[in-house]
Amino acid sequence: MGSLEEAIEGLKKFLSNKDDVAVAQIEKLITGLQETDLNEFDPVKRILEGFQHFKINKFDKHPELYEKLAEGQWPKFLVFACSDSRVCPSHILDFQPGEAFMVRNIANMVPAFDKLKYSGVGAAIEYAVSVLEVQNILVIGHSRCGGIKRLMTHPEDNSTPFDFIDEWVKIGLPAKVKVQAEFGDLPLEDQCKHCEKESVKLSLCNLQTYPYVQMGLANKKLRLMGGYYDFVHGKFELLEFEPCFHHLFST
Amino acid sequence: MATLSPTSFTKNFNSSVDFPITSFQTFAIFGPKLKTEQTHFRLSTSFKTGSCLELKAMKEPPGLTQKLDKNRLDGLTESENGCDLFQDLKHRFLRFKKHKFEENLGHFQNLAEGQAPKFMIIACADSRVCPSVILGFQPGEAFMVRNVANLVPPFESGPSETNAALEFAVNSLKVENILVIGHSRCGGIRALMSMQDEVDSSFIRSWVIVGKNARLNTKSAASHLGFDQQCRHCEKESVDHSLLNLLTYPWIEQKVAKGELSVHGGYYDFVDCTFEKWTLDYKGSNLGKNSRLPVKNRFYWC
Repeated sequence: MGSLEEAIEGLKKFLSNKDDVAVAQIEKLITGLQETDLNEFDPVKRILEGFQHFKINKFDKHPELYEKLAEGQWPKFLVFACSDSRVCPSHILDFQPGEAFMVRNIANMVPAFDKLKYSGVGAAIEYAVSVLEVQNILVIGHSRCGGIKRLMTHPEDNSTPFDFIDEWVKIGLPAKVKVQAEFGDLPLEDQCKHCEKESVKLSLCNLQTYPYVQMGLANKKLRLMGGYYDFVHGKFELLEFEPCFHHLFST
Repeated sequence: MATLSPTSFTKNFNSSVDFPITSFQTFAIFGPKLKTEQTHFRLSTSFKTGSCLELKAMKEPPGLTQKLDKNRLDGLTESENGCDLFQDLKHRFLRFKKHKFEENLGHFQNLAEGQAPKFMIIACADSRVCPSVILGFQPGEAFMVRNVANLVPPFESGPSETNAALEFAVNSLKVENILVIGHSRCGGIRALMSMQDEVDSSFIRSWVIVGKNARLNTKSAASHLGFDQQCRHCEKESVDHSLLNLLTYPWIEQKVAKGELSVHGGYYDFVDCTFEKWTLDYKGSNLGKNSRLPVKNRFYWC
């Protein structure tokens, strides 16, 4: 983790540089960091520490990897994850630079194909599948999702509408309806947990409404998966989506 | 509260597309108790006998080709085999659980009760620029939106996933900082700069058009430069335009004017490993249509 002390130690390594101007600037930076009032959060210093830590411990230590990545990316995954600060897939699934093209939005939702309404998601899917030719799409839901809770509680709780949030989370309405039908007698917290998982399944279904995803599945070049990260109990579930036909009836 | 019976759910399932019955196989649960569960979920939809999925050949949008080197980077998973992939994901999670989650259990238990991130980040979906990696954001620190070309649409464009996230971060989580991070060699910006006037039906075009003002400014200011340099110019110009678009949201503008919320731009160059950062210097005055973005505290780290 990028701590103040680590950043200062990292900078000190550059003091052996022969360039006097650079050395003077580094010394000034170190003094500034040392005088930091540690009780006051300084966003700029936080970003600097983080970047320095990355540069010293990752970028500079793997020059061949980063040189290759500078020329292009060949991620094997397209990942949809929630914007929640606690669930970044780079942490929980240790994705390294170059491995996962990553979309993050409220409640990790994938809406059905709609070029007017949902061009942002569509652009990401089109780019990842058609241009980057990812082999796997992984949608990751998580515990205690604020977006799913909003979906499950509004507008029944008569809360003030949110202009944008409510419009977005209603993508998950079919999941809410299903959960309320099957688990409507459970406490809200349990219903939300079911909906968090149901919404992942809904998103996987919605992915199939994109032509390039359909083509990838038909050619067996694309795999769809759903994940669920439970940060309360430290667990992860993975499921594979297998579209198949089941004969229902003949007359 | 009235509840719907399962039958009425099936009939009322809101889908404009017929797709096949699907089954889900729960593969594994990774955690203290490793067990495999087999469950099947049948999502019933209307099904037409003899229907087929219409497959359209996608015309590749201009400016997006990258030389796909067949000698691909080997990630941690060398095999394309499904089982190996699942095992790899499992082991990645268990590594995280052992080295981070369990070693900081108290912290994660607190986080489970609620998040109070100080940052909202808007970054590109590009696999090389995850802010958790390049800026070291740890769980709980940054609420994150990632889309193609890290674009922020203006208020008047209506609801989108990006402004839903803004609304949540600013009005519910009450973050103190918004940071929009652009980056080098952005495919989305390249697509924006490559767009011709003819009708192009791609999604990518429909989305990156959000950055059209950045493209206009770039064409007028940097037309003497080569195309790659123009793209680089546009990558930074687009961040500035996203910062301006943030101010079109009344609840953001008010907080920035009062000093309760700081808005920053950033640019990560992964060729040289440098990071530029600047802060919007907005004091409530109206910005003219063509006025330059007032900034302060511009840093360049290399």
